[in-house]
Amino acid sequence: MDAPIASPPLDRLASRRGLRDRLGDSSLRWISALAAVGVITVIALIIYEVIDQARPSIRTFGISFVWHRTWNAVTDQYGALDFLVATLYVTGLAVVLAAPVAIAIGLYLSELAPGGVRGVVGSLVEMLAAIPSVVLGLWGILVLGPVVHNEFGPWLNDVLGWTPFFATRPISGSTMFTAVLVLAIMIVPITAAISRDLFLQVPPDIKEGAIGLGLTRWEMVRGVMLPYTRGGLISAVLLGAGRALGEAIAVTQVIGTTAHLTANLFETGDTLASRIAAQYQAAASNLQVASLFYLGVILLAISLIVNFAALLIVRRYDIAQRV
Amino acid sequence: MEASGVVPISLKSSGRSRRRQRTNHVAQGASVLAAFLAIGVLALVVISVLVRGLKAINLDLFTKNQVTYGETGGGIANGLVGTAIIVAIAAAIALPVGIFAAIYVAEFAGSRASRVVRLALDVLNGVPSIVVGIFAYALLVVGSGYAAWKGSVALAIVMLPLVARTTIEVLRLVSDSLRYGSYALGISKWRTVLFVVMPSAIGSIMTGATLAIARAAGETAPLLFTTSIFLPNQIVTDPHHAMAAVPLLILFDSESPDPSLNNQAWAAAFVLMFFVLVLSLSARYVLARRERKLRAR
Repeated sequence: MDAPIASPPLDRLASRRGLRDRLGDSSLRWISALAAVGVITVIALIIYEVIDQARPSIRTFGISFVWHRTWNAVTDQYGALDFLVATLYVTGLAVVLAAPVAIAIGLYLSELAPGGVRGVVGSLVEMLAAIPSVVLGLWGILVLGPVVHNEFGPWLNDVLGWTPFFATRPISGSTMFTAVLVLAIMIVPITAAISRDLFLQVPPDIKEGAIGLGLTRWEMVRGVMLPYTRGGLISAVLLGAGRALGEAIAVTQVIGTTAHLTANLFETGDTLASRIAAQYQAAASNLQVASLFYLGVILLAISLIVNFAALLIVRRYDIAQRV
Repeated sequence: MEASGVVPISLKSSGRSRRRQRTNHVAQGASVLAAFLAIGVLALVVISVLVRGLKAINLDLFTKNQVTYGETGGGIANGLVGTAIIVAIAAAIALPVGIFAAIYVAEFAGSRASRVVRLALDVLNGVPSIVVGIFAYALLVVGSGYAAWKGSVALAIVMLPLVARTTIEVLRLVSDSLRYGSYALGISKWRTVLFVVMPSAIGSIMTGATLAIARAAGETAPLLFTTSIFLPNQIVTDPHHAMAAVPLLILFDSESPDPSLNNQAWAAAFVLMFFVLVLSLSARYVLARRERKLRAR
């Protein structure tokens, strides 16, 4: 029989170390798995808790809550339609206003701007994405509001008063129009930064190929770059929209927080998020609190749908971590 | 019969090329114009906040507390202390959970588990901060009242996906040869993760964390439902009581009819923006440099 080669002390050392390593491995695995489970629990708990709190209202009003207009604390009747429509209307207009501009900034930064400008403007855009929304709202209420009231309002009403959008003059600076502008300013930097990154990802050889075929720069953008980045651009816009949908504070500050079901942008309005933010302390009855949570459920559902749509598209482009 | 296959071409300019050039110039000009217009507006916003804030700023802002309604003067010292404490507690919750969850995804999980966790993070990232606010309200505040730590929990939920997602990205960038090298030396997995992988990633993780902190410091909605009713004129340091926070003070002051409070809101906005911008710009700069280095390796 061969004598064992490994000396006993080494053997014992190895086994002790083996034990410690097994323990270390499994504890690190379990601690990190616990954290991961924690993340899943948090999101599940959020969805559950918000729906649970809304239950009295869901039971009383059912799904018709979504298309009822009354919000009356005296008769204890609540409905979401005005807020839902205002949310979609204001967000939609902000996106329509912001998206082309943001994509133009992206094009400018990736294609047209000279090197020095690119860095400065690029970091300016990123800086703007970091402005807290309450600061934007402060600017909206104290600077933009008066301008809307005294300059934009009368002027747009004179020129475009025949359209339903500017049918009256604003009676104060707090209007849906102000909210649209503030939200647009908020989402331009987000969408612009992502679209710039998308344009920079277009392989240079297909761009050069297009130029080599004699296309002008614009034809190259339209024929090569936009088709190549289409999915990414759509999700960049959707992510901006998702941010605007759920923005409560800046909107509360500038929109006037009185609901109107109208296309007239110079009326005050109230979105789902701003209604929740504005009434957080004033809720009189349990049913009103539950109805505010019901608004939260609707808001959560819409933002999750928008974000999912964006994610599904974005998965194909490697930009998920930017947002 | 004419010679077949010959298409008569006119070499005279048809104006088509000129038209294409014109379209090109118009489109290019429009793009530049739109970009400049938008950037101009954005710069205007920043400059007007900074100028107004700078004009309203004074020493009292940092040394005095908010005054009770009807008085004049005062500062935001209680808000600064409150924000510092609330955000610090939020970071103490969000950083370990976020980083460990990311370690699980990047180092331990199989592809299905990792997909589920990443999906949860993406969903969490898409939850509007006001919904996080009412969630914290329902879970923690109802029945027991406002407290600063409850605000911290809400902010931690906002920070969590930001921290975890950056960390996952960074851990993915750490080269596998580093891990194999460590295993080849007989080093166990937990030592490899904690003492080989983490040290080369920790810088970028910390800058990602800084970005999350900058974002949390400016969040208002989660605090509105958790710690917004506080005593106006004293500094609170016990997280079991409601605390003032800078974003809340800006919100309340901005809606006040009193112009001196409006001024205070500008000054507070200046302080908040300065803090957030310095933090996030420097973090972004460091992060970009580190990622380039990691990728190059």
